[in-house]
Amino acid sequence: MASSCWGLPTLLCEAPELSSRSLREIRRTVDGGFRDLVREISPLIDAATAPLQRFLNGLEDAFANSPWIIVFLVLVTIAYAASRSWRITLGTVLALLAIGWVGLWQDTMVTLSMVTVCTIVAVIIGLPIGILAARSNRAEKLIMPILDVMQTLPSFVYLIPVVVIFGIGKVPGMIAVVIYATPPMIRLTNLGIRLVDKEVIEAADAFGSSERQKLWNVQLPLSLPTLMTGINQTIMMALSMVVVASMVGVGGLGKNVLQAINNQFFTMGFLNGFALVAIAIAFDRASQAFGQRLQKHTEVQHD
Amino acid sequence: MTDLSNTAAEPAALEADDEAVVPAIIIQDLYKIFGPHPDRHIDAVKKGMTKSDLNRKHGHSLGLKAIDTELPAGSISVIMGLSGSGKSTLLRHINGLIAPTAGQVLIDGQDVAKMSETELRTFRRHKTAMVFQKFGLLPHRTVLENTLYGLDIQGISRKESEPVGRRWIERVGLKGYEDQYPTQLSGGMQQRVGLARALANDAPVLLMDEAFSALDPLIRVDMQSVLLELQQELRKTIVFITHDLDEALRLGDKIVVLRAGEISQQGTGQDIVLNPANDYIRAFVREVNRARVIQLRAITRPHKPDTSWPSLTLSGSITLEEAAKQLTSSDIREATVLSRQGRPRGVVDLMDVTRNMLRTE
Ligand SMILES: Nc1ncnc2c1ncn2[C@@H]1O[C@H](COP(=O)(O)OP(=O)(O)OP(=O)(O)O)[C@@H](O)[C@H]1O
Ligand SMILES: [Mg+2]
Repeated sequence: MASSCWGLPTLLCEAPELSSRSLREIRRTVDGGFRDLVREISPLIDAATAPLQRFLNGLEDAFANSPWIIVFLVLVTIAYAASRSWRITLGTVLALLAIGWVGLWQDTMVTLSMVTVCTIVAVIIGLPIGILAARSNRAEKLIMPILDVMQTLPSFVYLIPVVVIFGIGKVPGMIAVVIYATPPMIRLTNLGIRLVDKEVIEAADAFGSSERQKLWNVQLPLSLPTLMTGINQTIMMALSMVVVASMVGVGGLGKNVLQAINNQFFTMGFLNGFALVAIAIAFDRASQAFGQRLQKHTEVQHD
Repeated sequence: MTDLSNTAAEPAALEADDEAVVPAIIIQDLYKIFGPHPDRHIDAVKKGMTKSDLNRKHGHSLGLKAIDTELPAGSISVIMGLSGSGKSTLLRHINGLIAPTAGQVLIDGQDVAKMSETELRTFRRHKTAMVFQKFGLLPHRTVLENTLYGLDIQGISRKESEPVGRRWIERVGLKGYEDQYPTQLSGGMQQRVGLARALANDAPVLLMDEAFSALDPLIRVDMQSVLLELQQELRKTIVFITHDLDEALRLGDKIVVLRAGEISQQGTGQDIVLNPANDYIRAFVREVNRARVIQLRAITRPHKPDTSWPSLTLSGSITLEEAAKQLTSSDIREATVLSRQGRPRGVVDLMDVTRNMLRTE
């Protein structure tokens, strides 16, 4: 064990640690307490999450079980409306057709419904927190370290308490994805608002704007391109996280990838990965093009 | 000859020819210290601690010190000084964007520093408007929507405010550009939008922070003319910041020169050019074209009581340059100078005019 202590006493050579007995004791108390607590409140949690569960199931149903052509047309229309670019629209069409061609339509739709919900929830949570952080330096100092933890903590670590509390299913999956996907929204909202031209803010103040008027008339519109980057990042995070979340019972492409890993199905893994990448690129391009279109008037034009 | 109680009867004295001035903005004993604990140091500063001592020993920055001034209603007051002298800081005390560490800013007898957040907002909406150096326009709003910003904030319906906005856009010479976005306009045109936005508010006080400094020289002179022309009719209380003496002299009815947060000299442009109070001001006014700044009024001599008035009459308000032109184009060596009320007040001759045009000290 202490192979090379360079002649140092044990205390300086090996990191001091609790005795294994007390460690076991601590573990048992915490785990036991946690389990008891969860057992007690789990009916409450189930009741609270039931509507959410139903909503997620319903949405998944709408995505996966509607006639494919309707969903296809809706998605392509959204891609065109957001980007106003034929290239991006054509890319989306080809990607979706290819996904259908290799038999992953249903799974892709399950994943899409999950990503859609998670992105919306992440934006709804992230935007106000980001605004709060932009308004007060103290709030920013408090929030930023928490975001760092949320993003660096390996997702498996917080999957454990989530699963213990919520069990297996779409709700814990969604919570895991939202935890992972919200930080960029908060960060970029904060950044966007803080970067708004100081003189324009001063102008708003000088004309007697209230805080609310300033937010809606100046800060949000002027930070819109940055907010769009935040939404874009949030979508990307959600997409990458649905694979991990499939471990706790979210279906779709992620589940297939997981199976492929377990069984070393090379082709299946590759195709599902390809489907994920394809919708990621489509989302990314469309939302970025949308952000750029919003920016049209804010940058100086040379004629 | 020494009877001071009856100077009007003295043959060697001029009757007074001052303008009636009503102060609109009164600033009393104003101090501003920037830093985490301004209150701890205000007493020391009042007792005479210097800006550099405050900065070196306590890490606080002295923005303004012992500012006392009255800015007249219905005319243009110019705050002038080098970069960092505290011009913007002083201007922002007038609409409460910056709160003083000590002292008062009175507008219509109301102390801006004592207003609550809500009072301040109402005050800004109705009593003041502001124009910014880099325009401060909203890029996502059209020219018209930018012009209406202040009225939108007040909750006035577009139906009511739109004609007002269109009228002001026309007045600043931007008719036809209502639906353009600011980035589609040149700098001069953008600042016209800034001006229209400020005027649409119909506030009695107009604050302009280096409003024309970002513009090309020709456009700048253009905008000065636009402002003077509008002011002829509007008679607002305008506080205009510049670091350019020519601009100050052209626009300012009153000029306040700041130096390192203190008032170095204040008065009319002529006062400052004719009687610089110190070397700092002297350096400022050295390059000034006196012929275009000094008015005939300032060099008028008393008329000898037993002679008749010269037949050529000149207004006291014309510049020396103009007077020289008039005097050289007639054969008469001497001219009668009229007071503001149009009565003969004194005389000048070509010699007086030329001497004052050339004198540099
Ligand atoms: N928020 C602040 N915190 C600390 N110091 C400040 C602050 N605002 C201004 N100052 C200091 O106050 C002094 C005056 O600044 P101010 O902006 O009023 O100058 P100015 O005359 O408008 O200069 P410029 O011509 O560059 O606009 C400067 O020395 C500046 O460093
Ligand atoms: Mg300034």
